[in-house]
Amino acid sequence: MTAPDREATATGPASHHETALTGSAPHREYLDRLAAGSVPFQTCDGCLTAVFPPRVICPACGATELRWSESSGLGAVYSTSVITPRDTDPYPVVLVDLDEGFRMMSTVVETPAADVPIGMRVRAHVDREGSSDPRVVFTAAEAAEGEEAS
Amino acid sequence: MSSRDLRGAAAIVGVAESDLGEVGQDRYAVELAAQAAGAALAEAGLTTRDVDGLFCAIAGRGMAPLDVGEYLGVRPRYTDGTMVGGSSFVSHLHHAALAIAAGACDVALIVYGSTARSDSGRGRLAMGPPELPSYEAAYRPRPPITGYALAAARHMHQYGTTRAHLAEVAVAARQWARLNPKAFARDPLTVEDVLAARVVSSPLSTLDCCLVTDGGGAVVVTSAARAADLPRPPVYLLGAGEAHWHRAISQMPDLTVTAATESSARAYAMAGLGPEDVDMVQLYDAFTINTILFLEDLGFCKKGEGGDFVSGGRIAPGGVLPVNTNGGGLSYCHPGMYGIFPLIEATRQIRGEAGERQQPGVSVAVAHGNGGQLSSQVTAILGGRDAL
Repeated sequence: MTAPDREATATGPASHHETALTGSAPHREYLDRLAAGSVPFQTCDGCLTAVFPPRVICPACGATELRWSESSGLGAVYSTSVITPRDTDPYPVVLVDLDEGFRMMSTVVETPAADVPIGMRVRAHVDREGSSDPRVVFTAAEAAEGEEAS
Repeated sequence: MSSRDLRGAAAIVGVAESDLGEVGQDRYAVELAAQAAGAALAEAGLTTRDVDGLFCAIAGRGMAPLDVGEYLGVRPRYTDGTMVGGSSFVSHLHHAALAIAAGACDVALIVYGSTARSDSGRGRLAMGPPELPSYEAAYRPRPPITGYALAAARHMHQYGTTRAHLAEVAVAARQWARLNPKAFARDPLTVEDVLAARVVSSPLSTLDCCLVTDGGGAVVVTSAARAADLPRPPVYLLGAGEAHWHRAISQMPDLTVTAATESSARAYAMAGLGPEDVDMVQLYDAFTINTILFLEDLGFCKKGEGGDFVSGGRIAPGGVLPVNTNGGGLSYCHPGMYGIFPLIEATRQIRGEAGERQQPGVSVAVAHGNGGQLSSQVTAILGGRDAL
Protein backbone atom coordinates (compact mmCIF):
# COMPACT_ATOMS: atom_id res chain seq x y z
CA MET A 1 0.00 0.00 0.00
CA THR A 2 1.98 3.01 -1.23
CA ALA A 3 -0.63 5.74 -0.83
CA PRO A 4 -2.85 5.04 2.16
CA ASP A 5 -6.21 6.75 1.89
CA ARG A 6 -6.71 8.32 5.29
CA GLU A 7 -10.33 9.16 4.54
CA ALA A 8 -11.27 5.57 3.90
CA THR A 9 -13.20 3.75 6.58
CA ALA A 10 -13.26 0.05 7.31
CA THR A 11 -16.86 -0.33 6.19
CA GLY A 12 -16.53 -0.29 2.42
CA PRO A 13 -17.50 -3.26 0.29
CA ALA A 14 -14.86 -5.96 0.15
CA SER A 15 -13.77 -7.52 -3.10
CA HIS A 16 -10.80 -9.45 -4.38
CA HIS A 17 -9.05 -6.19 -5.16
CA GLU A 18 -10.16 -3.97 -2.32
CA THR A 19 -10.38 -5.31 1.20
CA ALA A 20 -12.00 -3.59 4.15
CA LEU A 21 -8.52 -2.72 5.43
CA THR A 22 -8.09 0.28 3.13
CA GLY A 23 -7.19 2.78 5.84
CA SER A 24 -3.62 3.30 6.95
CA ALA A 25 -2.18 0.41 8.95
CA PRO A 26 -2.84 1.18 12.64
CA HIS A 27 0.65 0.41 13.90
CA ARG A 28 2.27 2.44 11.10
CA GLU A 29 -0.03 5.38 11.82
CA TYR A 30 0.75 5.09 15.53
CA LEU A 31 4.50 5.16 14.96
CA ASP A 32 4.28 8.06 12.52
CA ARG A 33 2.23 10.14 14.95
CA LEU A 34 4.56 9.19 17.80
CA ALA A 35 7.59 10.22 15.75
CA ALA A 36 5.92 13.60 15.24
CA GLY A 37 5.79 14.05 19.02
CA SER A 38 2.16 13.19 19.71
CA VAL A 39 0.85 10.61 22.22
CA PRO A 40 -1.68 8.96 19.93
CA PHE A 41 -4.70 6.83 20.72
CA GLN A 42 -7.97 6.11 18.94
CA THR A 43 -11.52 7.08 19.79
CA CYS A 44 -14.49 5.02 18.67
CA ASP A 45 -16.92 7.04 16.58
CA GLY A 46 -19.73 4.75 17.74
CA CYS A 47 -19.40 4.65 21.54
CA LEU A 48 -16.65 7.24 22.20
CA THR A 49 -14.49 4.65 24.00
CA ALA A 50 -10.78 5.49 24.11
CA VAL A 51 -8.99 2.65 22.30
CA PHE A 52 -5.38 1.58 22.86
CA PRO A 53 -3.38 -0.23 21.50
CA PRO A 54 -4.43 0.79 17.99
CA ARG A 55 -6.66 -1.60 16.05
CA VAL A 56 -9.27 -1.78 13.29
CA ILE A 57 -12.35 -2.49 15.44
CA CYS A 58 -13.65 -1.07 18.70
CA PRO A 59 -13.23 -3.63 21.52
CA ALA A 60 -16.13 -2.06 23.40
CA CYS A 61 -18.87 -1.98 20.75
CA GLY A 62 -17.51 -3.55 17.58
CA ALA A 63 -17.77 -0.41 15.46
CA THR A 64 -15.14 -0.23 12.73
CA GLU A 65 -14.79 3.55 12.52
CA LEU A 66 -12.00 4.68 14.82
CA ARG A 67 -10.69 8.23 14.87
CA TRP A 68 -7.11 9.14 15.80
CA SER A 69 -6.82 11.42 18.81
CA GLU A 70 -3.96 13.07 20.64
CA SER A 71 -3.65 12.54 24.37
CA SER A 72 -2.87 15.36 26.79
CA GLY A 73 -0.21 12.97 28.08
CA LEU A 74 -1.41 13.40 31.65
CA GLY A 75 -2.31 10.43 33.77
CA ALA A 76 -1.78 8.49 36.98
CA VAL A 77 0.24 5.39 37.82
CA TYR A 78 -2.16 2.43 38.18
CA SER A 79 0.50 -0.08 39.20
CA THR A 80 4.27 -0.32 39.24
CA SER A 81 7.00 -2.95 39.48
CA VAL A 82 10.67 -2.20 39.86
CA ILE A 83 12.89 -4.53 37.87
CA THR A 84 16.28 -5.14 39.45
CA PRO A 85 18.61 -6.65 36.85
CA ARG A 86 21.90 -8.05 38.07
CA ASP A 87 23.98 -5.92 35.70
CA THR A 88 22.18 -2.58 35.28
CA ASP A 89 20.32 -0.02 37.36
CA PRO A 90 16.80 -0.77 38.60
CA TYR A 91 13.97 0.67 36.51
CA PRO A 92 10.22 0.88 37.01
CA VAL A 93 7.70 -0.74 34.70
CA VAL A 94 4.39 1.04 35.19
CA LEU A 95 0.83 0.92 33.98
CA VAL A 96 -0.46 4.45 33.47
CA ASP A 97 -4.13 5.39 33.26
CA LEU A 98 -4.26 8.36 30.88
CA ASP A 99 -6.87 10.98 31.66
CA GLU A 100 -8.64 10.26 28.36
CA GLY A 101 -9.51 6.78 29.65
CA PHE A 102 -6.97 4.38 28.22
CA ARG A 103 -4.15 2.47 29.88
CA MET A 104 -0.63 1.76 28.67
CA MET A 105 2.53 0.13 29.91
CA SER A 106 5.44 2.51 30.20
CA THR A 107 8.23 3.66 32.50
CA VAL A 108 8.89 6.75 34.63
CA VAL A 109 12.20 8.51 34.06
CA GLU A 110 14.10 11.18 36.01
CA THR A 111 12.77 9.81 39.31
CA PRO A 112 14.42 7.00 41.33
CA ALA A 113 12.69 3.72 40.51
CA ALA A 114 11.66 3.12 44.12
CA ASP A 115 10.01 6.59 44.32
CA VAL A 116 7.20 5.93 41.87
CA PRO A 117 4.11 5.17 43.95
CA ILE A 118 0.74 3.99 42.70
CA GLY A 119 -1.45 7.05 42.20
CA MET A 120 1.47 9.34 41.22
CA ARG A 121 0.50 11.94 38.61
CA VAL A 122 2.67 11.70 35.51
CA ARG A 123 3.16 13.48 32.20
CA ALA A 124 4.08 11.80 28.91
CA HIS A 125 7.05 12.52 26.70
CA VAL A 126 8.03 10.90 23.44
CA ASP A 127 11.43 9.28 23.82
CA ARG A 128 13.19 9.30 20.45
CA GLU A 129 16.65 8.58 21.88
CA GLY A 130 16.53 4.80 21.78
CA SER A 131 17.88 2.65 18.99
CA SER A 132 14.43 1.26 18.17
CA ASP A 133 11.06 2.91 17.50
CA PRO A 134 10.11 6.03 19.48
CA ARG A 135 8.26 5.28 22.72
CA VAL A 136 6.14 7.11 25.28
CA VAL A 137 7.78 7.58 28.68
CA PHE A 138 6.58 9.54 31.69
CA THR A 139 8.00 11.99 34.23
CA ALA A 140 6.51 13.15 37.49
CA ALA A 141 3.85 15.80 36.85
CA GLU A 142 3.66 18.92 38.97
CA ALA A 143 0.79 18.57 41.44
CA ALA A 144 -0.94 21.64 39.99
CA GLU A 145 -0.75 20.31 36.49
CA GLY A 146 -2.21 16.99 37.63
CA GLU A 147 -5.09 18.71 39.41
CA GLU A 148 -5.88 20.89 36.44
CA ALA A 149 -6.14 17.86 34.26
CA SER A 150 -8.31 15.80 36.59
CA MET B 1 -27.71 -30.07 25.73
CA SER B 2 -27.50 -27.76 28.70
CA SER B 3 -24.38 -27.48 30.79
CA ARG B 4 -26.14 -29.42 33.56
CA ASP B 5 -26.42 -32.41 31.19
CA LEU B 6 -22.64 -32.48 31.02
CA ARG B 7 -22.37 -32.92 34.79
CA GLY B 8 -20.92 -36.36 35.48
CA ALA B 9 -21.11 -37.42 31.82
CA ALA B 10 -17.35 -37.96 31.52
CA ALA B 11 -14.72 -39.21 33.91
CA ILE B 12 -10.97 -39.24 34.32
CA VAL B 13 -9.81 -42.86 34.27
CA GLY B 14 -6.04 -42.51 34.11
CA VAL B 15 -3.42 -39.93 35.09
CA ALA B 16 0.36 -39.86 35.07
CA GLU B 17 3.37 -37.63 35.15
CA SER B 18 6.45 -38.21 33.03
CA ASP B 19 9.92 -37.93 34.49
CA LEU B 20 10.09 -34.53 36.18
CA GLY B 21 12.83 -32.14 37.21
CA GLU B 22 15.78 -32.09 34.82
CA VAL B 23 15.84 -34.76 32.13
CA GLY B 24 18.93 -33.66 30.20
CA GLN B 25 19.58 -32.15 26.81
CA ASP B 26 18.98 -35.33 24.80
CA ARG B 27 15.32 -35.44 25.78
CA TYR B 28 12.44 -33.70 24.00
CA ALA B 29 9.04 -32.38 25.04
CA VAL B 30 7.14 -34.86 22.88
CA GLU B 31 9.04 -37.75 24.49
CA LEU B 32 7.94 -36.66 27.93
CA ALA B 33 4.38 -36.26 26.70
CA ALA B 34 4.50 -39.76 25.25
CA GLN B 35 6.00 -41.23 28.41
CA ALA B 36 3.17 -39.73 30.47
CA ALA B 37 0.58 -40.88 27.91
CA GLY B 38 1.80 -44.46 28.09
CA ALA B 39 1.65 -44.50 31.87
CA ALA B 40 -1.78 -42.85 32.08
CA LEU B 41 -3.26 -45.25 29.52
CA ALA B 42 -1.76 -48.25 31.33
CA GLU B 43 -3.31 -47.07 34.58
CA ALA B 44 -6.65 -46.78 32.77
CA GLY B 45 -6.39 -50.32 31.39
CA LEU B 46 -6.24 -48.88 27.86
CA THR B 47 -3.66 -48.52 25.11
CA THR B 48 -2.86 -45.98 22.42
CA ARG B 49 -5.06 -48.11 20.11
CA ASP B 50 -8.10 -47.11 22.17
CA VAL B 51 -7.47 -43.36 21.87
CA ASP B 52 -9.71 -41.63 19.33
CA GLY B 53 -9.61 -38.11 20.75
CA LEU B 54 -6.33 -36.19 21.13
CA PHE B 55 -6.01 -32.98 23.13
CA CYS B 56 -2.59 -31.38 23.22
CA ALA B 57 -0.69 -28.09 23.51
CA ILE B 58 3.08 -27.64 23.67
CA ALA B 59 4.72 -24.22 23.88
CA GLY B 60 6.41 -23.34 20.60
CA ARG B 61 4.83 -26.28 18.74
CA GLY B 62 2.14 -24.83 16.50
CA MET B 63 0.97 -28.29 15.45
CA ALA B 64 1.51 -30.14 18.71
CA PRO B 65 -1.39 -32.60 18.19
CA LEU B 66 0.22 -33.70 14.91
CA ASP B 67 3.61 -34.17 16.57
CA VAL B 68 2.14 -36.19 19.41
CA GLY B 69 -0.31 -38.11 17.21
CA GLU B 70 2.46 -39.28 14.92
CA TYR B 71 4.80 -40.11 17.79
CA LEU B 72 2.18 -42.19 19.61
CA GLY B 73 0.72 -43.73 16.46
CA VAL B 74 -2.67 -42.36 17.46
CA ARG B 75 -5.09 -41.66 14.59
CA PRO B 76 -7.73 -39.55 16.28
CA ARG B 77 -11.14 -38.81 14.86
CA TYR B 78 -11.34 -35.74 17.08
CA THR B 79 -8.43 -33.34 17.75
CA ASP B 80 -8.24 -30.21 19.87
CA GLY B 81 -5.07 -28.10 20.00
CA THR B 82 -6.57 -25.26 22.04
CA MET B 83 -3.66 -23.17 23.28
CA VAL B 84 -4.63 -20.80 26.08
CA GLY B 85 -1.33 -20.99 27.92
CA GLY B 86 -1.12 -22.96 31.13
CA SER B 87 -4.89 -23.27 31.40
CA SER B 88 -5.03 -25.26 28.15
CA PHE B 89 -5.29 -28.67 29.78
CA VAL B 90 -8.21 -27.83 32.05
CA SER B 91 -9.82 -26.38 28.93
CA HIS B 92 -9.03 -29.65 27.12
CA LEU B 93 -10.83 -31.58 29.86
CA HIS B 94 -13.92 -29.44 29.35
CA HIS B 95 -13.71 -29.88 25.58
CA ALA B 96 -13.10 -33.62 25.91
CA ALA B 97 -16.24 -34.01 28.01
CA LEU B 98 -18.22 -32.07 25.41
CA ALA B 99 -16.78 -34.17 22.58
CA ILE B 100 -17.50 -37.44 24.39
CA ALA B 101 -21.04 -36.33 25.22
CA ALA B 102 -21.58 -35.41 21.56
CA GLY B 103 -20.26 -38.76 20.38
CA ALA B 104 -17.27 -37.22 18.63
CA CYS B 105 -14.84 -39.49 20.47
CA ASP B 106 -14.86 -42.21 23.13
CA VAL B 107 -11.40 -42.14 24.70
CA ALA B 108 -9.77 -38.74 25.02
CA LEU B 109 -6.06 -38.37 25.75
CA ILE B 110 -4.97 -35.00 27.15
CA VAL B 111 -1.22 -34.78 27.05
CA TYR B 112 1.63 -32.34 27.66
CA GLY B 113 5.40 -32.26 27.79
CA SER B 114 8.12 -29.64 28.22
CA THR B 115 11.87 -29.51 28.61
CA ALA B 116 11.81 -25.92 29.85
CA ARG B 117 14.64 -26.46 32.32
CA SER B 118 16.97 -28.34 29.99
CA ASP B 119 16.15 -25.94 27.13
CA SER B 120 17.65 -23.01 29.04
CA GLY B 121 21.09 -24.54 28.50
CA ARG B 122 20.87 -25.21 24.79
CA GLY B 123 19.36 -22.23 23.03
CA ARG B 124 16.19 -24.01 21.98
CA LEU B 125 14.12 -20.99 22.91
CA ALA B 126 14.18 -19.02 19.64
CA MET B 127 11.01 -16.94 19.44
CA GLY B 128 8.84 -16.85 16.35
CA PRO B 129 7.58 -13.67 14.73
CA PRO B 130 5.26 -11.56 16.88
CA GLU B 131 1.56 -12.12 16.26
CA LEU B 132 0.95 -8.39 16.76
CA PRO B 133 3.27 -5.48 17.51
CA SER B 134 4.05 -5.32 21.23
CA TYR B 135 3.07 -2.17 23.07
CA GLU B 136 4.89 -3.43 26.18
CA ALA B 137 8.30 -4.75 25.09
CA ALA B 138 9.91 -1.29 24.81
CA TYR B 139 9.61 -0.92 28.60
CA ARG B 140 11.53 -4.15 29.27
CA PRO B 141 9.13 -5.96 31.59
CA ARG B 142 10.36 -9.41 32.59
CA PRO B 143 7.63 -11.60 31.16
CA PRO B 144 5.78 -13.20 32.72
CA ILE B 145 7.00 -12.15 36.19
CA THR B 146 6.33 -8.42 35.77
CA GLY B 147 2.68 -8.95 34.84
CA TYR B 148 2.06 -10.81 38.09
CA ALA B 149 4.21 -8.32 40.00
CA LEU B 150 2.01 -5.45 38.77
CA ALA B 151 -1.05 -7.36 39.96
CA ALA B 152 0.58 -8.02 43.33
CA ALA B 153 1.56 -4.35 43.74
CA ARG B 154 -1.98 -3.25 42.97
CA HIS B 155 -3.48 -5.83 45.37
CA MET B 156 -1.13 -4.63 48.10
CA HIS B 157 -2.06 -0.99 47.39
CA GLN B 158 -5.79 -1.62 47.33
CA TYR B 159 -6.21 -4.19 50.11
CA GLY B 160 -3.18 -3.91 52.38
CA THR B 161 -1.85 -7.28 51.29
CA THR B 162 1.81 -7.63 52.35
CA ARG B 163 4.90 -9.41 51.10
CA ALA B 164 4.58 -11.60 54.21
CA HIS B 165 1.13 -12.71 52.96
CA LEU B 166 2.68 -13.65 49.63
CA ALA B 167 5.47 -15.49 51.45
CA GLU B 168 2.90 -17.56 53.35
CA VAL B 169 1.78 -18.99 50.00
CA ALA B 170 5.31 -20.11 49.13
CA VAL B 171 5.82 -21.61 52.59
CA ALA B 172 2.55 -23.56 52.46
CA ALA B 173 3.45 -24.93 49.02
CA ARG B 174 6.85 -26.01 50.31
CA GLN B 175 5.31 -27.76 53.32
CA TRP B 176 3.13 -29.79 50.96
CA ALA B 177 6.11 -30.50 48.69
CA ARG B 178 7.97 -31.96 51.65
CA LEU B 179 5.27 -34.65 51.70
CA ASN B 180 5.64 -35.39 47.96
CA PRO B 181 8.66 -37.50 46.97
CA LYS B 182 8.32 -36.28 43.35
CA ALA B 183 8.58 -32.60 44.30
CA PHE B 184 11.59 -30.68 42.98
CA ALA B 185 12.12 -28.31 45.95
CA ARG B 186 11.80 -30.01 49.35
CA ASP B 187 14.17 -28.08 51.63
CA PRO B 188 12.59 -26.31 54.61
CA LEU B 189 11.40 -22.78 53.81
CA THR B 190 10.32 -19.95 56.10
CA VAL B 191 8.53 -16.64 55.56
CA GLU B 192 11.82 -14.96 56.47
CA ASP B 193 13.60 -16.88 53.70
CA VAL B 194 11.10 -15.64 51.12
CA LEU B 195 11.30 -12.05 52.35
CA ALA B 196 15.11 -12.17 52.24
CA ALA B 197 15.31 -13.58 48.70
CA ARG B 198 16.44 -11.36 45.83
CA VAL B 199 13.62 -9.19 44.46
CA VAL B 200 13.35 -9.73 40.72
CA SER B 201 10.35 -7.57 39.80
CA SER B 202 8.97 -5.88 42.88
CA PRO B 203 7.22 -6.98 45.00
CA LEU B 204 8.08 -10.51 43.83
CA SER B 205 11.31 -12.23 44.86
CA THR B 206 12.85 -15.34 43.36
CA LEU B 207 10.98 -17.41 45.96
CA ASP B 208 7.64 -15.86 44.94
CA CYS B 209 8.18 -17.38 41.47
CA CYS B 210 7.45 -20.86 40.24
CA LEU B 211 10.14 -23.38 39.46
CA VAL B 212 11.46 -23.95 35.96
CA THR B 213 11.57 -27.72 35.48
CA ASP B 214 11.14 -30.31 32.78
CA GLY B 215 8.13 -32.58 32.83
CA GLY B 216 5.00 -33.86 31.19
CA GLY B 217 1.64 -35.19 32.15
CA ALA B 218 -1.33 -37.06 30.73
CA VAL B 219 -5.00 -37.47 31.59
CA VAL B 220 -7.29 -40.09 30.03
CA VAL B 221 -11.00 -39.27 29.85
CA THR B 222 -13.94 -41.38 28.74
CA SER B 223 -17.70 -41.60 29.20
CA ALA B 224 -19.09 -42.34 32.64
CA ALA B 225 -20.57 -45.56 31.25
CA ARG B 226 -17.25 -46.85 29.92
CA ALA B 227 -15.39 -45.59 33.00
CA ALA B 228 -17.42 -47.95 35.16
CA ASP B 229 -15.75 -50.95 33.46
CA LEU B 230 -12.16 -49.69 33.88
CA PRO B 231 -9.80 -50.56 36.75
CA ARG B 232 -9.47 -47.27 38.64
CA PRO B 233 -12.28 -45.47 40.48
CA PRO B 234 -13.68 -42.90 38.01
CA VAL B 235 -13.20 -39.24 38.86
CA TYR B 236 -16.11 -37.39 37.31
CA LEU B 237 -16.12 -33.95 35.75
CA LEU B 238 -18.94 -32.30 37.69
CA GLY B 239 -18.50 -28.79 36.40
CA ALA B 240 -16.31 -26.75 34.08
CA GLY B 241 -16.13 -23.11 33.10
CA GLU B 242 -13.84 -20.97 30.98
CA ALA B 243 -13.22 -17.23 30.64
CA HIS B 244 -10.61 -14.84 29.31
CA TRP B 245 -10.70 -11.07 29.09
CA HIS B 246 -7.24 -10.00 27.91
CA ARG B 247 -3.84 -11.23 26.90
CA ALA B 248 -1.39 -8.38 27.63
CA ILE B 249 -1.28 -7.37 31.29
CA SER B 250 -1.71 -3.71 30.30
CA GLN B 251 -5.13 -4.66 28.90
CA MET B 252 -6.39 -6.36 32.09
CA PRO B 253 -9.25 -4.16 33.28
CA ASP B 254 -8.72 -4.54 37.05
CA LEU B 255 -5.47 -6.18 38.12
CA THR B 256 -7.06 -7.44 41.34
CA VAL B 257 -9.99 -9.31 39.72
CA THR B 258 -9.37 -12.20 37.31
CA ALA B 259 -11.66 -13.94 34.86
CA ALA B 260 -11.69 -16.82 37.37
CA THR B 261 -14.70 -15.03 38.83
CA GLU B 262 -16.59 -16.00 35.66
CA SER B 263 -14.99 -19.38 34.97
CA SER B 264 -15.70 -20.57 38.51
CA ALA B 265 -19.29 -19.27 38.46
CA ARG B 266 -19.87 -21.31 35.28
CA ALA B 267 -18.27 -24.40 36.81
CA TYR B 268 -20.22 -24.14 40.06
CA ALA B 269 -23.46 -23.65 38.13
CA MET B 270 -22.85 -26.80 36.08
CA ALA B 271 -21.91 -28.80 39.17
CA GLY B 272 -24.74 -27.46 41.30
CA LEU B 273 -22.13 -26.88 43.97
CA GLY B 274 -20.47 -23.91 45.65
CA PRO B 275 -17.15 -23.28 47.34
CA GLU B 276 -18.58 -24.52 50.63
CA ASP B 277 -18.89 -28.01 49.06
CA VAL B 278 -15.24 -28.15 47.98
CA ASP B 279 -12.79 -30.27 50.01
CA MET B 280 -9.57 -29.07 48.39
CA VAL B 281 -8.20 -26.78 45.70
CA GLN B 282 -5.49 -27.45 43.14
CA LEU B 283 -4.72 -24.15 41.40
CA TYR B 284 -2.12 -22.73 39.07
CA ASP B 285 0.39 -20.98 41.34
CA ALA B 286 2.88 -19.59 38.85
CA PHE B 287 3.53 -16.83 41.39
CA THR B 288 2.49 -16.41 45.02
CA ILE B 289 -0.05 -13.70 44.15
CA ASN B 290 -1.95 -16.25 42.01
CA THR B 291 -3.01 -18.29 45.00
CA ILE B 292 -4.38 -15.21 46.77
CA LEU B 293 -6.20 -13.91 43.68
CA PHE B 294 -7.68 -17.28 42.75
CA LEU B 295 -8.84 -18.21 46.26
CA GLU B 296 -10.73 -14.90 46.24
CA ASP B 297 -12.07 -15.29 42.71
CA LEU B 298 -13.04 -18.95 43.24
CA GLY B 299 -15.15 -17.81 46.19
CA PHE B 300 -13.18 -19.14 49.16
CA CYS B 301 -12.88 -15.68 50.70
CA LYS B 302 -13.96 -12.15 49.87
CA LYS B 303 -12.04 -9.92 47.47
CA GLY B 304 -9.11 -8.39 49.32
CA GLU B 305 -9.10 -10.96 52.13
CA GLY B 306 -6.86 -13.50 50.40
CA GLY B 307 -3.75 -12.41 52.30
CA ASP B 308 -5.28 -13.20 55.67
CA PHE B 309 -6.92 -16.33 54.27
CA VAL B 310 -3.59 -17.94 53.36
CA SER B 311 -1.79 -16.92 56.55
CA GLY B 312 -0.98 -18.92 59.65
CA GLY B 313 -0.78 -22.22 57.81
CA ARG B 314 -4.45 -22.17 56.80
CA ILE B 315 -3.74 -23.62 53.32
CA ALA B 316 -0.76 -25.72 54.47
CA PRO B 317 -0.88 -29.32 55.76
CA GLY B 318 -3.24 -29.36 58.74
CA GLY B 319 -4.94 -26.12 57.64
CA VAL B 320 -8.61 -25.40 57.00
CA LEU B 321 -8.41 -25.70 53.19
CA PRO B 322 -5.78 -27.90 51.56
CA VAL B 323 -4.39 -26.01 48.54
CA ASN B 324 -1.89 -27.49 46.08
CA THR B 325 -1.24 -30.64 48.02
CA ASN B 326 1.48 -31.73 45.56
CA GLY B 327 3.56 -28.61 46.32
CA GLY B 328 2.28 -26.70 43.28
CA GLY B 329 4.23 -24.88 40.62
CA LEU B 330 6.16 -23.18 43.39
CA SER B 331 7.76 -26.33 44.82
CA TYR B 332 6.67 -29.50 42.97
CA CYS B 333 7.20 -28.86 39.26
CA HIS B 334 6.60 -26.18 36.66
CA PRO B 335 7.56 -27.28 33.17
CA GLY B 336 6.61 -24.23 31.10
CA MET B 337 2.89 -24.76 31.61
CA TYR B 338 1.57 -26.31 34.83
CA GLY B 339 -2.13 -26.74 34.07
CA ILE B 340 -2.24 -30.53 33.64
CA PHE B 341 -0.81 -31.18 37.11
CA PRO B 342 -3.77 -29.79 39.10
CA LEU B 343 -5.94 -32.35 37.28
CA ILE B 344 -3.52 -35.17 38.12
CA GLU B 345 -3.27 -34.25 41.79
CA ALA B 346 -7.03 -33.72 42.23
CA THR B 347 -7.67 -37.13 40.66
CA ARG B 348 -5.21 -38.87 42.97
CA GLN B 349 -6.61 -37.17 46.06
CA ILE B 350 -10.19 -38.09 45.15
CA ARG B 351 -9.10 -41.70 44.56
CA GLY B 352 -7.24 -41.72 47.88
CA GLU B 353 -3.90 -42.49 46.22
CA ALA B 354 -1.81 -39.49 47.27
CA GLY B 355 0.45 -41.21 49.77
CA GLU B 356 1.77 -39.25 52.73
CA ARG B 357 -0.03 -36.09 51.60
CA GLN B 358 -3.40 -37.81 51.13
CA GLN B 359 -6.23 -35.85 52.73
CA PRO B 360 -9.10 -37.75 54.37
CA GLY B 361 -12.46 -38.05 52.62
CA VAL B 362 -11.87 -35.95 49.50
CA SER B 363 -15.18 -35.97 47.67
CA VAL B 364 -15.01 -32.75 45.63
CA ALA B 365 -11.88 -30.95 44.41
CA VAL B 366 -11.42 -27.83 42.31
CA ALA B 367 -8.69 -27.87 39.65
CA HIS B 368 -8.07 -24.38 38.31
CA GLY B 369 -5.88 -23.42 35.36
CA ASN B 370 -4.38 -20.03 34.52
CA GLY B 371 -2.86 -19.01 31.20
CA GLY B 372 -1.02 -16.03 29.78
CA GLN B 373 -0.62 -13.25 32.33
CA LEU B 374 -3.67 -13.81 34.54
CA SER B 375 -5.44 -14.03 31.16
CA SER B 376 -7.19 -17.33 30.49
CA GLN B 377 -8.95 -18.89 33.48
CA VAL B 378 -10.46 -22.37 33.40
CA THR B 379 -12.10 -24.05 36.37
CA ALA B 380 -12.96 -27.74 36.69
CA ILE B 381 -14.83 -29.33 39.57
CA LEU B 382 -14.02 -33.01 40.01
CA GLY B 383 -15.62 -35.57 42.27
CA GLY B 384 -15.79 -39.22 43.11
CA ARG B 385 -18.84 -41.48 42.84
CA ASP B 386 -20.28 -40.15 46.11
CA ALA B 387 -20.34 -36.62 44.65
CA LEU B 388 -22.39 -37.57 41.58
